Amino acid sequence: MAVLNLRNVTYTYPLTDAPVLKNVSLQVEEGEFVAVIGPNGAGKSTLCYAIAGFIPHFYKGELTGTVEVEGVDVRQTTLSERVLQAGLVFQNPFSQITGAKYTVYEEIAFGLENTGVPPDEMHRRIGQVMRLTGITDLAERSPYALSGGQQQRVALASILVMEPKILVLDEPTSQLDPIGAREVFAVIKALSEQGRTVVMVEHKVEWVAAFADRVIALDGGEIVLEGTPRQVLSAVELAGRGFGLSRYTLAAHEAEKQGLWPRGEPLPVTLAEAVAGFGRRGGKA
Amino acid sequence: MKIVVDALHFTYPSGVEALRGVSLTIEPGEQVALVGQNGSGKTTLVKHLNGLLRPTQGRVWVGDWDAAQMPVAKLARRVGYVFQNPDEQLFSRSVGAEVAFGPRNLGFSADRIAKQVAWALEMTALTAHKDTNPYDLSPTWRKMVALAAVIAMDTPIVVFDEPTTGQDAAGVARIARVIAALRAKGRTVITITHDIDFCAENFERVIALAQGQVLLDGPAREVLAQEEALARTYVDPPQLARLAKQLGLPVVPLNQEEFLAAYRQSQKLSNLHG
Repeated sequence: MAVLNLRNVTYTYPLTDAPVLKNVSLQVEEGEFVAVIGPNGAGKSTLCYAIAGFIPHFYKGELTGTVEVEGVDVRQTTLSERVLQAGLVFQNPFSQITGAKYTVYEEIAFGLENTGVPPDEMHRRIGQVMRLTGITDLAERSPYALSGGQQQRVALASILVMEPKILVLDEPTSQLDPIGAREVFAVIKALSEQGRTVVMVEHKVEWVAAFADRVIALDGGEIVLEGTPRQVLSAVELAGRGFGLSRYTLAAHEAEKQGLWPRGEPLPVTLAEAVAGFGRRGGKA
Repeated sequence: MKIVVDALHFTYPSGVEALRGVSLTIEPGEQVALVGQNGSGKTTLVKHLNGLLRPTQGRVWVGDWDAAQMPVAKLARRVGYVFQNPDEQLFSRSVGAEVAFGPRNLGFSADRIAKQVAWALEMTALTAHKDTNPYDLSPTWRKMVALAAVIAMDTPIVVFDEPTTGQDAAGVARIARVIAALRAKGRTVITITHDIDFCAENFERVIALAQGQVLLDGPAREVLAQEEALARTYVDPPQLARLAKQLGLPVVPLNQEEFLAAYRQSQKLSNLHG
């Protein structure tokens, strides 16, 4: 059974006329890693809010259709119940940090304190998640005296530590250094392999291609394409609609026009596929 | 306007030693990208250029000014700085007023202000949003407003702190266009970025920082090829450079055109020998 089930979801923010999500239907299986891509203004963050229950509980507005988590309509649950089901990592870590804590360690403890987790287990889980996100050495620093990327890792850790059934991540690597971003993808992938369900908005298509099980392309509030990373991320027509594709895909597409890539052969979306494709053409004598 | 950073050290009040002896010179009109691991000191370094931070030790020269001796308001004439988080710098009730604030404070004539505001709005595709409240825009568009507000000040040096964060392909292309326009005007552009493909395609010189020190500094093609050294500061070479290396091509391509030219060449050679 799908752990997450959106049926014909249309949503309009308060005081606005046009819906930001239009008739979106999406089922996500337990343990699945789904990436959402799309140009700015496509409705990606709004989709995250809908899944995590911020819509309609916090943002109000008009929601039609249904959002079900484990078979229960989000409208039937309170926001405090929802936080244990679905955890949202905000696009801007600054919006997420509580402002109520003096150290990174306490910041990560905040959610656990509020949900009544026993102290021993809190310490165990905090230690574990800080190692996982590579911030152990920041434990005693103020959450505000960190670089942007460090702050983003803290924001991620404070949600992972809650161990929600569904992880909803809104561009969680946007401020990370390149290898750090890849490592966070690997951590998320490992969690999904352990049964955690993941919905992640991302622009870094190279790592989406390498790690996600399924890709949803959102544009103008509608799902315009979905499928495996290779099916979606090699669809060059998306580039014309403002989607970012990898340099591998774009280079192969241009090579195809110049007769350097076999016409009709699927375009590569990862480094390995690009090496195989360009290599096969006879790079070696 | 030349920038000279001489043996710069900076320690935050918390005791964190963010810069540990950074020395570099940036010539007028250079386009420089600053890359490196989170917490390596990139933002700390550029905040010395406009006086937001003062050296614990060492000197920073902006033209003939010792930055440590100059008030922030005065340095703003020479160095424009676009914050990483636009919400730290936006406060006006309309995009137009926000963008006009900087040049007005520099005391420019009404004519010059109007001209520079119009140019900045056009470069960032914000002309139609002149009367919109910046906080009614999405975070990615607020970033464009922050960028417009700084380029409108027409400073000889412009610093962008992670400009492409959260931008889609069109947004990144727009920023690349702004940088190209500043280059054409002879401005110095210093950009902190984690987007290495963007870095390769738009900057002639790359400086990699690691743990508060300069790890690598040179032409983009040389710096971005050093896979092992870059890994020490958590940076990968650009996608097409990695691809070229795996294919055994004898060049480090910085963009698609260079990659395809090198690939075509290798195909010709293999046909000759094949």
